[in-house]
Amino acid sequence: MDLAAVIVVETVYVIASLVLISAGLAIVFGMMKVINLAHGEFMMMGGYAAITAVNLGINIYVAILVIAPLVVGVIGLIVERLVIRHLYGRLVDTMLATWGLSLFFVGIVTMIFGNTTTGISTPIAGITVGNYQINGYNFFIIVVTILLVLAIYLVLKSTRLGLIARGTMQRSDMASALGYSPDRIYMATFFVGSAVSGLAGAVLAPLVGLGPSSGGAYIAKAFITVIAGGPSVIAGLISSGTVFGIVNQFFTFAMSPVIGEVALLVCAVILLRLLPQGITARFFKGKM
Amino acid sequence: MREITLQRFTLSIIIAAALMLFLPVIMNTFVLTPLLIYGMLGMSLGLIWGFGGILCFGQAAFFGLGAYAYAISAINIGESTIPMLIAVMVPAIFAAVLGAMMFYGRLGDVYLGVITLVVTLIFFKFMNSTAGPDYVIGTARLGGFNGIPGFQTLNIPGLPDDYIYGDSLYYVTFVLLVVAYWLVNWLLQSPFGRVAVAIRENEQRVSLMGYDIRARKTILFAIGGAIAGLAGALFANWAEIVTPGLFSLSQTAEIIIWCIVGGLGTRLGPILGAAGLAYLKFLLGQQAFIDNTIIMGLILVLFVLFLPKGLIPAIESVWKLSVGKRRRCHPSRRRKGRAITNG
Amino acid sequence: MTMDRRQFLTATAAIAGASMLPFSVGAADNIKFGSIMDTSGGFDAYGKPMDMAMRLAIDEINANGGLNGSQIDINAYDTQSDMALYTQYAQQLTRQDEVDVVHGGILSASREAIRQIMRKSKTLYFYNVLYEGGVCDRNIFINGVTPAQQVEVLIPYAMKKAGKKVYVLAADYNYGQITAKWIEKYIADNGGETVAVDFFPLDVSDFGSTIAKIQAADPDLIVASLVGGAHLSFFRQWAAAGMNKKIPMASTTLGVGNEHKVLTAEEGDGIMVAYNYSQELETPENIAFKKKWADAYGDANSIHEIAVSHYQGILTWAEGVRQAGSTNRDDVLSALETGISITGPGGVVTVDPKTHHAVLDVHIMEFEGQKMKVIETFTQRQPIDTQAVCDLAANPDDNTQYEIKF
Repeated sequence: MDLAAVIVVETVYVIASLVLISAGLAIVFGMMKVINLAHGEFMMMGGYAAITAVNLGINIYVAILVIAPLVVGVIGLIVERLVIRHLYGRLVDTMLATWGLSLFFVGIVTMIFGNTTTGISTPIAGITVGNYQINGYNFFIIVVTILLVLAIYLVLKSTRLGLIARGTMQRSDMASALGYSPDRIYMATFFVGSAVSGLAGAVLAPLVGLGPSSGGAYIAKAFITVIAGGPSVIAGLISSGTVFGIVNQFFTFAMSPVIGEVALLVCAVILLRLLPQGITARFFKGKM
Repeated sequence: MREITLQRFTLSIIIAAALMLFLPVIMNTFVLTPLLIYGMLGMSLGLIWGFGGILCFGQAAFFGLGAYAYAISAINIGESTIPMLIAVMVPAIFAAVLGAMMFYGRLGDVYLGVITLVVTLIFFKFMNSTAGPDYVIGTARLGGFNGIPGFQTLNIPGLPDDYIYGDSLYYVTFVLLVVAYWLVNWLLQSPFGRVAVAIRENEQRVSLMGYDIRARKTILFAIGGAIAGLAGALFANWAEIVTPGLFSLSQTAEIIIWCIVGGLGTRLGPILGAAGLAYLKFLLGQQAFIDNTIIMGLILVLFVLFLPKGLIPAIESVWKLSVGKRRRCHPSRRRKGRAITNG
Repeated sequence: MTMDRRQFLTATAAIAGASMLPFSVGAADNIKFGSIMDTSGGFDAYGKPMDMAMRLAIDEINANGGLNGSQIDINAYDTQSDMALYTQYAQQLTRQDEVDVVHGGILSASREAIRQIMRKSKTLYFYNVLYEGGVCDRNIFINGVTPAQQVEVLIPYAMKKAGKKVYVLAADYNYGQITAKWIEKYIADNGGETVAVDFFPLDVSDFGSTIAKIQAADPDLIVASLVGGAHLSFFRQWAAAGMNKKIPMASTTLGVGNEHKVLTAEEGDGIMVAYNYSQELETPENIAFKKKWADAYGDANSIHEIAVSHYQGILTWAEGVRQAGSTNRDDVLSALETGISITGPGGVVTVDPKTHHAVLDVHIMEFEGQKMKVIETFTQRQPIDTQAVCDLAANPDDNTQYEIKF
């Protein structure tokens, strides 16, 4: 019984972390039709920003929730101005350019921090469930993810900013005719997307050994989750995150973590073959 | 028309032969061989992406599959001729099956990219977790992270003790690359190749003209897989080990960078891009001053931004421009130039 | 850009000529020392200090007049934590650079990738890292601790402290697979029970489900043979779940790359290990070594077990060359097979002529405040695991890695 509770918590945690690592990519892809393959490196830099801040004596929650998103958001802003804005509307080219950026960031971080694994310890103690100990930090990740998804939903749904953003994404010519500069809105969207990536990286940093090439571990999963989710940002994230999370955990507990990963990937191939436009192109149509 | 082709064919054979003999003078054949192998690998993606319009993020999967197929069958057979054939067949068949699954499902650009990427990742994860003694094919242990060392390397067909290695492996690789290049050339000039290019340009139109796009794309994809597999088998022979790293994301990324830098839609571009960048990486690997991923990353970003068509088309247009100018400025040279073409 | 063909050819020839220079110039009678290691990439926490130790040793030898009057030139290649690069650079070292000796290889996978190349080209090869044991090849000398030297003392100590039910976690490649079998053997020998053995590929970094599984099995002791940066996450997540207070842990690898300094004291304290070296050893050799290191590199913090092992391997080779009076492979081999001994920072190291492994001291240690506190010392342990299967004096042509049958 206790084991069942542990498995449920672990599964919810895996779903939450999938949603968390994909959120930044989903915002940028869903809103701008830009696939940012440097997303994993944005997360990695978020992790480094948080660790550096903690080592400088800043409170760990401030470092994770404020500093890391800001730092990575600014990096994203620079990247958008220098590279991405020249490539809007050229999906494949943006993928290639951001892939180049990802290599570049790996190199830069290696030169600055060295290619060694660093990390910080988690600020939350373990929690006892019956005979079991659970990583208390898992709950923190679940809560952060829920809040993040709620925040994205509220911003898009009920603020004027969200309305303008959605409008621009659908018909940028109309939006500019109404006096909104699409250039600015793309810029702001990319900033937010990068900041969310940075947040995700920082939140996960205490659990993993962080190195310059850690980003590679995230990007494939995030990429698959977002594409399988389809056109709707939030509904897509949640639905594909849930499917993949459950498949992954089922095979992980039944067999081994590697089989779990492979099962996730096989599931992605099948899903894309059956629903080539993503889950939300078929179900939850018109949701956000 | 026929005569010109024959002339060009002879000329390119002479150039290739001259290059083959000249290159070892300036560089160690041991360094040259992988450059040629990467050239072949670049060419395989150049064919399906540049001419077929299929963006494949999984060319490394066929490369690795070819290498593993060779290593495993070479251990079991103990002679290299059949393993070489197997190493070409296995990736070709796999590419055909995968291609059929994707193209008959009419998947779009990005989804194609994701699926090929995911398939590569599956191979990577799977091969990485096969260190245990249970993973055996015939007498070959898959070895997981260790990879498979110590298999029978290339030998003269029928004589398992006469190894082709070192300089001779270089010459064999060079000849195979030239042969593969001419086959690709021939394919592109055939009706099949022309329709493939037409599909790249406007899929719907070609489909309405009554061509079966799905079958054609699948066949092209399989041919690309076969060439990548051959490159993989040669790589296995050169490195004398195969490791899961062959399936890694960075390997896949590099193949794409080669094509972009060399020039998509050109025949020589991906080959030269691959060889050039691989050599650059080799040079960068020997110094510790600057991390070589920075350079590779910058090259890709700058090319996408400023030279999206790649080096070969850029050089061609510069060449045409300067030749054109010269013709206008120096009428005397113009005559000379014509004399040469006539001769 | 109006360079004509002739100018182009001249330029190319000039470049070609220039690029060949480094190979042809250089004193012919210097000793060529080949080094091949991961000094970047995921395993550089192991490789970088090894590289520093290697340069320290060679500089020292050169400053003292070289070997038999010849200076040593280093040919070093960084394999970037990529196993495929090992064969490439090994071929280069043996065919192009034609070095007199090769020291290097970190992971067992890299050793097995290049061992045959060294053997084929008759280049003397030293592998100076703690490993799973069993390699029997007259061309190679191995200086690291093997399971019979390490696991045999660590397991009974840990079991006495913790209990008889043991859960084993190991890296999924030859080192982990073979070491795990040794661990199982010694658990059984000491009357314990192995509850489960789990293997993890080197890129796995999420251990949440594993930690839950371990708790379901409820063992008394964890033995971890995990390797590399990604696996370090396990110890973090283990501590984050509060498990480090509940179930004691021993490890055959943690600390050889100074992991005890990367983990916080909170996360690391109490983990039991057994190695040949600890920075806390109070021998005069170690104190002098730490000072030399600090003089060369600023401080002595980066020294770790396998860097010292590498240093001792180079000293052993140098002693062999001195006694042989040349760098000829067969002469050095015979000299080393007389059972040469050196005293390094980790104590006396003696070549075992039968197996080409080393006889050395092993200390049981515990992590405490980011240090490795020495608890108990076992002097001059023989590599009996390899001795049981390998006798190079009787079968000089043997070329296998024996695996434990269990």
